[in-house]
Amino acid sequence: MSFFYYWDFMSRGPGSSCIVSLFLGRFWFWEDLWVRDGKILDPEKLFFDEQGFADRRVDCGGSIVAPGFIDVQINGGYGVDFSQPTEDVAAGVSLVAKKVLEHGVTSFCPTLVTSPPAVYHQVLPQVQVHDGGPDGAGVLGFHLEGPFISPEKKGAHPERYLRTFRSGGMEDLTEVYGGLDGVAMVTLAPELPHSQSVVRMLCQKGIAVSLGHSVANLSQAEDAVQHGASFITHLFNAMLPFHHRDPGIVGLLTSDRIPAGRTVFYGMIADGIHTNPAALRIAHRAHPAGLVLVTDAIAAMGLHPGRHPLGQQVIEIQGLHAYVSGTKTLSGSIATMDMCVRHLKQASGCSVEEALEAASLHPAQLLGISQKKGNLDYGADADLVLVDDALRVRTTYISGEEVWRRDA
Amino acid sequence: MQSLVHRNLHLIQLLKLAKYSKHFPNNLVLTNSPLPTGSTPLGCYKKLIEYYKNGEISFEFVKTFNMDEYVGLPRDHPESYHSFMWNNFFKHVDIRAENAHILDGNAADLQAECSSFEDKIKEAGGIELFVGGIGPDGHIAFNEPGSSLVSRTRVKTLAKDTIMANARFFDGDLSKVPTMALTVGVGTVMDAKEVMVLITGSHKAFALYKAIEEGVNHMWTVSAFQQHPQTIFVCDEDATLELRVKTVKYFQGTAKPHCILRLPSHTIYYQKDLD
Repeated sequence: MSFFYYWDFMSRGPGSSCIVSLFLGRFWFWEDLWVRDGKILDPEKLFFDEQGFADRRVDCGGSIVAPGFIDVQINGGYGVDFSQPTEDVAAGVSLVAKKVLEHGVTSFCPTLVTSPPAVYHQVLPQVQVHDGGPDGAGVLGFHLEGPFISPEKKGAHPERYLRTFRSGGMEDLTEVYGGLDGVAMVTLAPELPHSQSVVRMLCQKGIAVSLGHSVANLSQAEDAVQHGASFITHLFNAMLPFHHRDPGIVGLLTSDRIPAGRTVFYGMIADGIHTNPAALRIAHRAHPAGLVLVTDAIAAMGLHPGRHPLGQQVIEIQGLHAYVSGTKTLSGSIATMDMCVRHLKQASGCSVEEALEAASLHPAQLLGISQKKGNLDYGADADLVLVDDALRVRTTYISGEEVWRRDA
Repeated sequence: MQSLVHRNLHLIQLLKLAKYSKHFPNNLVLTNSPLPTGSTPLGCYKKLIEYYKNGEISFEFVKTFNMDEYVGLPRDHPESYHSFMWNNFFKHVDIRAENAHILDGNAADLQAECSSFEDKIKEAGGIELFVGGIGPDGHIAFNEPGSSLVSRTRVKTLAKDTIMANARFFDGDLSKVPTMALTVGVGTVMDAKEVMVLITGSHKAFALYKAIEEGVNHMWTVSAFQQHPQTIFVCDEDATLELRVKTVKYFQGTAKPHCILRLPSHTIYYQKDLD
């Protein structure tokens, strides 16, 4: 059922807040959505308590309204590689932040692949968590993918910079990363010795722990979840394949050892390349509530075919594929988030709501920010994306302000 | 009193309201859906919203007073009449919030709330048009059988029948159904300039019979409108099943000239349906 949307903007005069009528209740029906001060407003309360009304109306012409997309794994794009230490990392992040608005992404986690400590020490302090706006999507914090991963499943990560935990204490992390401020998620391999205490420590700091680039068996993965891990980095890729006597990390999707009240989320690069659509369907059917769409986009996303740097290596673009130069190892995708949403819907046959939730609600739940982001409840941030029936992005809003519009 | 038996119930109701809204600021008493008794007002509201969206009418200067509200139900409860009116009507049209009056069932002093409601009606210049349905027991608003026919807005305890009929909107749990309500009185409605009562369905037929073919009686409070100078009962055929054939034929016979007299000439749909 389509969800139509009808906006009323209201401004009460100079210096006052703007009340926009937008709608989105609890999926999915004809409605108006109201926004004030960048947050979604309860119009019934406005009517009865404040005798308020809307001044400005924006007719959304039958678009579907969804919460803005959240990309928790994106390595760069448009020539920018977050893992490349430059003098002005913030500028690179801003460029990508601005461009991803076109894909409906309103918040993201800049991702760093395995790098030497010098890179982390240089890059991390240059970017802070901040809200989005007309200049670009909001930054929710870094996603540090590595270096505490398995050499056997390094994928495109440079082997010489992989690390193990010496003691499992904070020193291991600070020595490599420097500070942990501004970090939203860390991907590690739970079979590494001392990983359990690291998982606990990170979770206590409010940093999401993700399992990936690992040869862990199911039992090791479940232990990590018991200690607080809540995500799987690009399911199926860079982990042991599902085996019927030891499902490995993939088995977390249907594990019965997940603590009550917790959900294990899993990232899927739904570009049709990293995962066969049949595998995508198996995962979706086994555990639809945990599916999180990620792009894992690399610097070459948005660029023309050819060779480009990623981390400490060189990547080659061929059509929609991106390989480690000279090999057939996939090094990340160049799909955009809205492409992933469309691909998920088409490949899995899921509903429009499910496809949109996988790009918005689920990542917000994973990061523990679903009060503010990833949904359109009253009080949530008015980060929105308007899509047409084919799920192509028409307009993107952050805090109720239009930040991108597709030219007709 | 005029009774109109007509197939296309909604049009009559809405045309009357539409006429009012377009031409001058108006004070309407609006009905919540008497939820246990059907969706007649819902159809009416839908049509009004459609007319509003087509640009044919505006509610910017219309004042409404809802006739009742449960006591003790949170205002944002989905079964409160505030919610009903917001979701089914107010949010779709351009009515101003300060002009939409609904009794507050959570007021600290319920009697004062009722008196102030009466005052607000007076300040607004009185009700021009009252629109409401009836219960199977002939009650108008929550003026249950036995209510004084000169009553004013007040707190009423709800009859057992009403509570049981309402239970299905509270998960079938009788303990969750409110037992009291604030309601306009029969006297309050009698003060309206024009009264329009909507009656549909065979389960209302007996009440309609009591309302118009028997005398004025406090056990069937809607019968009070026999003594109102300008009342219209809008019914469908099923609602007339307990009336004498002679009564029905009489009103059907007077319907056409009546409508031509009373309604504006642009109501072409209406005349077509009559033929």
